[in-house]
Order: sequence, then structure tokens, then C-alpha cells
Amino acid sequence: MIRLRTIDWVWLGLIAMTLVFLALREPAAWLFTYPQDWVIPITPWLNVFMDWCVDNFGPFFRAFSAALDVPMAAIRDLLNWLPWSVTLALLTYIGYVVSGWRLALFTFLAILYMVVIGYWSESMNSLALVVISVPMAVAIGFGLGTLGFYSKRAERIISPTMDLLQTVPAFAYLLPILLLFGFGPVVGLIASVLYAFPPTVRNTMLGLAQVPGEVIEAGMMSGATPRQLFWRVRTPSALRQILLGVNQTTMAAFSMVIIASIIGGTADIGWEVLSTMRKAQFGESLLAGIVIALMAMVMDRITAAAATAEPGEPKINQSFLSRHRFLISVAALGFGIALLAQVIPLLTNYPEAWQVYPAQILNDGVSYLVVEYAAAINLIKTWAFFFAMLPVKMGLEQTITPFSWGFEFTGALKLLYAVAAVALALWAAFRHGLNRAIAIAFCATLLFFGLTRLPWPALLAMATLLSWQLGGMRLAIGTLAGLGFLVIAGVWPQTLLSIYLCGLAVLLSFVIGASLGVLASEFDGVSAFLRPINDTLQTMPLFVILIPFVMIFKIGEFTALLAIMAYAIVPAIRYSEHGLRNIPATVIEAATAVGCTRWQLLWRVKLPLALPVMMLGLNQTIMYGIAMLVIAALVGTNGLGQQVYIGLGDGDFGVGMVAGIGMAIIAIIADRLTQAWSKKRQEELGLSAEF
Amino acid sequence: MNEVAADIKLSCRHVWKVYAADASPYFKGEVDSADATELSTRMRADGAIPAAVDVSFDVQVGEIFVIMGLSGSGKSTVVRCLSRLVEPTHGEILLNGEDLLKKSDKELIDIRRHDMGMVFQNFGLMPHLSVFDNIAFPLSLQGVPMAEQVEKVRRVIDLVGLEGRETSYPRQLSGGQQQRVGIARSLAVEPELWFLDEPFSALDPLIRRQMQDEFLRIQRTLQKSIVFITHDFLEALKIADRMMIMRDGMVVQVGTPAELIVNPADDYVAEFTEDVPLVRVLKATDVLDPEQSPTSTMPERDSACCVEELLPLLSRHKQGIVATQDGVPIGVVTATSVITALAHEDHGHGEDAAAVEEVLN
Repeated sequence: MIRLRTIDWVWLGLIAMTLVFLALREPAAWLFTYPQDWVIPITPWLNVFMDWCVDNFGPFFRAFSAALDVPMAAIRDLLNWLPWSVTLALLTYIGYVVSGWRLALFTFLAILYMVVIGYWSESMNSLALVVISVPMAVAIGFGLGTLGFYSKRAERIISPTMDLLQTVPAFAYLLPILLLFGFGPVVGLIASVLYAFPPTVRNTMLGLAQVPGEVIEAGMMSGATPRQLFWRVRTPSALRQILLGVNQTTMAAFSMVIIASIIGGTADIGWEVLSTMRKAQFGESLLAGIVIALMAMVMDRITAAAATAEPGEPKINQSFLSRHRFLISVAALGFGIALLAQVIPLLTNYPEAWQVYPAQILNDGVSYLVVEYAAAINLIKTWAFFFAMLPVKMGLEQTITPFSWGFEFTGALKLLYAVAAVALALWAAFRHGLNRAIAIAFCATLLFFGLTRLPWPALLAMATLLSWQLGGMRLAIGTLAGLGFLVIAGVWPQTLLSIYLCGLAVLLSFVIGASLGVLASEFDGVSAFLRPINDTLQTMPLFVILIPFVMIFKIGEFTALLAIMAYAIVPAIRYSEHGLRNIPATVIEAATAVGCTRWQLLWRVKLPLALPVMMLGLNQTIMYGIAMLVIAALVGTNGLGQQVYIGLGDGDFGVGMVAGIGMAIIAIIADRLTQAWSKKRQEELGLSAEF
Repeated sequence: MNEVAADIKLSCRHVWKVYAADASPYFKGEVDSADATELSTRMRADGAIPAAVDVSFDVQVGEIFVIMGLSGSGKSTVVRCLSRLVEPTHGEILLNGEDLLKKSDKELIDIRRHDMGMVFQNFGLMPHLSVFDNIAFPLSLQGVPMAEQVEKVRRVIDLVGLEGRETSYPRQLSGGQQQRVGIARSLAVEPELWFLDEPFSALDPLIRRQMQDEFLRIQRTLQKSIVFITHDFLEALKIADRMMIMRDGMVVQVGTPAELIVNPADDYVAEFTEDVPLVRVLKATDVLDPEQSPTSTMPERDSACCVEELLPLLSRHKQGIVATQDGVPIGVVTATSVITALAHEDHGHGEDAAAVEEVLN
């Protein structure tokens, strides 16, 4: 017989309560729609606060902005003034030096694409922002990381702040900066510095902490002064890790530069994508998007190669010339080509007549595809809508109609559904234990009524209970406070819409991604095929991922769902493969020795052992999903992402900020929950591995 | 109390290292060495960790002083106290008669730059520097001109046999070669005092023996004053002029290898000596027969010869062998004296007796 623990009683009680609430739908409407009168006016308060800030500190921030504008304009002018051939040659040469001819060739082709397609000045405007924001972000990050390394007290403040900064969606950064610093490219610059410096902080702290004690002692015994010890022992020993942080910082900075173009006035490549997308010129949008993708890949490869590069020939007894041969050859190359460009004008200004701009062909191609396969595309869309998205959002109760599913959801069928659900839950209770039975009961309720129509007190209580079960009292209090804030701030409906879209996307990505990960771990061919795709998707600024989906499926929730999935599937694949491939060889040998078939080995040995790592993958899938959710608001969703976007459009700080904080709250709760779950499983496995 | 004999390079006097939030109350009054054990017990009861307890020893000029102990015995703490990588809680450390603990940070850096060299168990090489730059590192910190750096580095590279590897990076080298770099680096500034913290423990047994031999060869030419840390008793016997055994932060015994073997201070030391092949450790000078005097018919052998080498000779010359030091006879080794020395060390029997006693109790 099953023994019910207190917690199970509470769960059953909660589900029962939910059902009772649902029965009371008519008389107690406040259980479903949080009454407007009860909303605490956080939004207007935030606006008042912001107005006060702008009134009092505005001039200061504007002055700062004006000061920053000078170096930024200088770099932008320089990059635009340099003949394209010089920039092309120099970047190619850098690619060659840090990695070799493959990267050099890739860089060459990527830059050439920008020239030939005719997006040179837009690309350089974006590059200028990155070129100036990365050193700033790295300097701030390195300083804070060093501070965090030396002072435990500072570390206790820095670490959680970095957590928060990285979970607040990129869009939400723009709004306060916009209001404080005024319009213009400087907003993008400041936003990208703020968004990009945390990885350098983390990696600096990590790198400095990882320097072996004996290396430090060897430095001290060599008679290093404290300053020498830091600059000549600690920093160079930690350099590789710090440079990995610089790589991440560069990618984040670029990503933010692209997102920041949403506020306009930058004439950069991100704006090109956005404005063409708004005009439904998808061919143009795609061509500009490819520029972004290529820029991202070149930046990623070059900074990553620089981080992992082997040190070159040591400088023993070398002359001045050979010690500085890199700088000298860069200068010589740049100068030589600049001179050549004086003679051959096309090296300075690429003739417009030679530009290749196949936007029209692309548009025609897409139109042809969309028309030719209209039936198939529509079928996919409607199926996804009626059989996956709507049931979760509105519940089967509302979804099943003769129009959608082809039959009426009669009372008898409803009863049948209830009986089937109860039977399934009971079977699970006997076969697998109560946890799974309760999960089934919850899912059945959810599917019947729909996430957005469940009573908020019940959802709050369940989330809190789950947090308590997985992570204890602190997590439970955090969850309750976070979700409670969203309820009383009056954004609960938008929150549910966000959770619905993101949750569904995450679920699908994780199921598909984990399956692909399993395949990749079993077959090297699949792994080799997926790896470059994953690499590319991961370095891609989020914007670009939208383009192909919008082209085919137009604007709408389904497109958003696909875009989120395309991005969020990467960690699901990666972590699953990693977890499965890194199981101790002795365990596999032992299992094989007792006669496991390949299938048994996978299901009964590998998957259970890889589960904690796969859960970390789920954690990352959720984080990626939430990050993409905000961007997906551009193609029409109705959740918090849309609110951020509205706030940005109207310059309404309160609305945007509450929604931005809301997304951060969801992200943090989801993060802590999955981490706690993974940790719990790991501890259980650790214990079971003891005997 | 600061006078030190001229031939003492380094003197460690009543040094304590206590890990505790605040250890100063323990050292308020005069600390009597006789109470050290009692005091350290009290510290442990309070939750403090006494890593070095009243450690005293002298290192003579040109000698190899080995500190031997198992992990956690405090030997690494002691050697770090000697260079103030770890700040001692209490005591005195006299380097050439001056108290090291009273030096300012600046003076200390200067001492480390010129008077001390240190070799580490896991080499402690800078991963971003080539072999040449690693060895030149202490010189370059001092701002020694490049030409002089090159010359000094060449000299130590020749000494440790790393010619041709100057441009390699540490990770391209085997463990043995990496430690050669570590040794070369510690010698580049020509220090008089040389600390080696388990320098060969991370190496394979064969390489370890080879490195020990090379180390002894280097020491014969350089004649440094050395503090050598090891957990390997046989390594200690092979290398030490004198050695010190530590346990739980305390000094158990100090003496020459032969003294330790012939007269272990307690069962703990005796246990280490158990598996030692005495015939290889005991030298002619350790087994002299006090009742015999040299005669002209006896063959002569250097007093540093180990007993194993003397045995075949002894079987042919029953009356004995003359042990000489620098050609001057210092005594006679006889079969009886050898047997007495070996039999005296029958601690296996002693252990059995102790075990029986334990059972009876």
C-alpha cells in the first residue's frame, strides 16, 4: 500500500483546492483575475522615481554621454574613413596570426561579403561600437574581478549582482539608459558595456583563484614585490581564463549593440535588419542578418583563438624588429595597402555597380516557397496551434470544438478524460511512487483548464510548495515573494502568457534536444554533424535567428515558439551529449561485463547517471528560452516581453521596468529550482554510488 | 641570545606556527619548551591547529639538512616559515645570525632575491614563460641587465643539463625536466641557502633516483646550505648529512642517518628504520670496533665506505679492516663489530615485544 507523507497530502489538497476554485469560477472571479483595485501602483511610482532622477541627474548623465560620444565618433569615423581594402587585409592578417590560414580565409570571405553586398558603412558603424565598448567592459570587468578576488566582502556583493545583471533581459537595459542618457548611439554603447562586463568579472575571479599556490610561492621566493606578483605572476598565469571571459564579453557586447539598434538613430547593421523586417522585406533582412552572423562568427573565432593560442617563440636575445614584428607588419601592411588604394580607387570605394544584392531573388524565392507549400505550412501551423499551443494556453475545455478537433467535447467525454486521468495517476502512484502521480494529476488539470485560466492563488501555492520541496525554506520564500510581486504589480496575466510560451518552447526543445544529444552520444557522425550547427546558433545574435522563421511563418506566436526553440535547443543537445559521454569508463565496462545490451546500457546505466548533467542542460535551456522570449516579442507575442517592448516604444519606464524585472524574477526562480533539483539528484546518486 | 657559531647558516629556535583566529594569548608569558606538548594539546582542544610546535634546529654551512615526516607532520609548514612564505606565530629564525622575523617586507624581498632559492614539489613553473624566461624570472624581477641574465641562465642550464630546451614551454617537458627547470630557477640568483620542498616526490621512481644522484652531484660542486623536505625515509638516508624527523608538528629526533638507525628515539622512528637495509646505510665509521687497533697487515678502506662493500673483504681478512679518513687511520672494522652493529638493530624483535605487551594490557 502507498504511504502518504504530509507533503503528498498537501499536494493532493492543493490540486483539490484548484478544482474547487475552478468550480467556483462564476461567484469568485477574483481567484482568476486579480482585481484591478488591489494592484499596487508600482509602475507609476517607478515613473515618478525615474522622472526625479532625470530631473536631478539628467545633466550629469547627458554630459557623460557627450564625453563618450567623442571617442566613439572618432572610432566610427576612422573605420569609415579607412579604405575597405585596408580593414579587410588587417583583419585577415590578424586571423592568420592568431589561428592560421583557415581562419584567415574565413575572415577574408566574411569581410568581403560585407563589401560586395554593400553594407560596408553599416557594418563599420556596428563594429565601432564593439571596438570601443569591449575595452571598456574588459577594464571594468577586470577591475571588479580583481577586487572580488582580493576582498571576500566585495565578492559577496559582486557575485549576486552579476547574476542579476545577466538575467535581466537585454531590452530592459535600454530603457533607463535611454531616459538618462538621451537618444543616440551612446545609449547602445553604454548598454553594451553594462551588459557585457559580467563575464570578464567572473572569469577574472575564477582565473586568479585558479593560479596554483606553488606558482605564487615561486614568485614570492623569486623576490617579487606585491605589484610584480600581481602583474607578472598572477595575471599572466590567469590570462587564458581571463581571455575566455573577454571572448564572452565581446559576444555579449556585439549582441547588445545589435539589440540597441532598436532605439534607432545608429545607421548600423542591426537597424538595417530591424527596419527591413518591419517592412516585411525579408530578403533584405536576411542579407543584413548574414552580415551580423558573419561578424559574430569572426569576432568569436578570433577572440577564442587568441584566448587559447599557444605562446609564440620566446623572445630571447631578439632584436627590436623581431620582438615587435607583429605590430610592425600590421603597420606595414596597412600602410602599403592604403598607398595602393590611393592608386587604385576601387580599393577605397567599392563600385556600386559591382555590388551583388540578391534581395529580390530571395524574396521571390521565399514567396514561391510560401505559395507552393502553403498547404503544408498552414497544416503545420494549425496542428501546432490546436494540438499543442492552445491546449496549454486555454485548456482542452476551450480548445476542443468541432471546428478545431472535429468533435464536440461533451460531458461524457469530459468524464472519460477525468476517469482516464485519475486511473493514470493511480497507476503511476503504485508503479512509480507518488511524486509522479502528483505530476500527472497536475498536468491533467493544466491541460483541461489551460495555464492562463488557472487560479493565481493555487499556482502561487504550488510553485512555493515545489520550491520548498526542492530547495528548502529560503527558496520557497523567494519564489513566493517573486511571484507575489508579479501578482500585486498587476502583470500576472502577462507573466502567465510568458510562462506558457517559454515553458512550451523549453519543453519541446528539451525533449527534442535531449533526444538529439542521445543520438550524438551514440553516433560520432551525428555528433560531428550537430557540432558546427550548435556553434553557429550559439554565437548568433538573437535577432538573426528570428529572420528565417518570420520569412516562412510570418508574424505570430508560432514563429516566436520556433525561434525560441531554435535557440534554446542548443544547450539541451550539448549538455545531454556531454553528460552521456562523460560517464566513468569503469561503469560502462562493468555494465558491459555483466551483459548489458546497448539499449539496456543506454536506458539503465547511462541515462540515470547523466541525469544531473542533463538537468543543468535543462537549466540552460530555460535561460536561453527566456533570453530569446524578449526578442521574440518583436514578432508578436503577448507576454512580458511585449510589455518591455511597449515600455521602450512609449518611453514608459515603469511599464518596461516592471516587465523587465518580472522576466528576471521568472528566470531566477527557474534557475534556482532547476539547480536545486539537479543538486538533489546528484547527492542522491553520490550516496547510491557509495556502496 | 643571538650569538651563533660561525659555521651555522640558519638557526630555527622554538618556532611555532598556530592556525587560529588569534593565537597570541598562548604566547603571553615565557614559553617553556618543556611545556610544548602540553600547550599544543591545549591548542587542539580549543580548536586551533598547531602546525609547527616548538621546532628548533640548526643548519650548518654546506650541509644537507633533511626534514622527514609523513603528510600533515608540519614539515612543509616549517620550510615555509624559514622563508616566511608562512609567517611563524612565535619563535626566532636566525639567518647568518640576524633575526629573519624582524625584517621589513622590503628587506625580506631583498633576502629572497639574493640569499634564498626554493624548489617546489609540483615545480611551480610559470605556464606562460619559456624555460629560459622561467629560469631568468628571478633575475628579471631584479632588473638584471639582459646580457648578464643570459650568461647566468646559460650557466645554470648547463649545470642541470637542459641545453637545447631553452625555448620550450613547461607543458612540453616531462616531469623530470620540469623539475630541472625549477632547480635551475632556484639557483639562478646564486643563493647560499637552498630550500627543496619534496622536489622529487612527483616523479616516477626511476627518474627520482636519477634526479637524486644529479642533485648530489650538483651539491658537490656548489656546496650550498640546504634544507630538504621529504616524506621518503630512504631518500632522506641517501641525501642527508643530518636529518630531523617530525610528527604532529613536533620534532621527534635530529641526527645523522646512522644515529637515527642505531639509536631511534622512539618506536615511531624505529618503525621507519625497519625495512632499511642496514648494510647499505651503515658506513665503516659507524661500525668501528673500539677494542682493536690498526696493524700493518690489515687492508685499508675509506671510512665512508658502506658495510656492504666491506663484507667480502672482511670474509677474507678475519683480523679486520682499517678505516681511514683522508688517509689517516681512525679505527678498525671487524666481523664482530659489524655483527654487533647489525644485531643491535634487531628492532623487529622489539616490535614483537611491544605487540605482546599491548595484547596483555
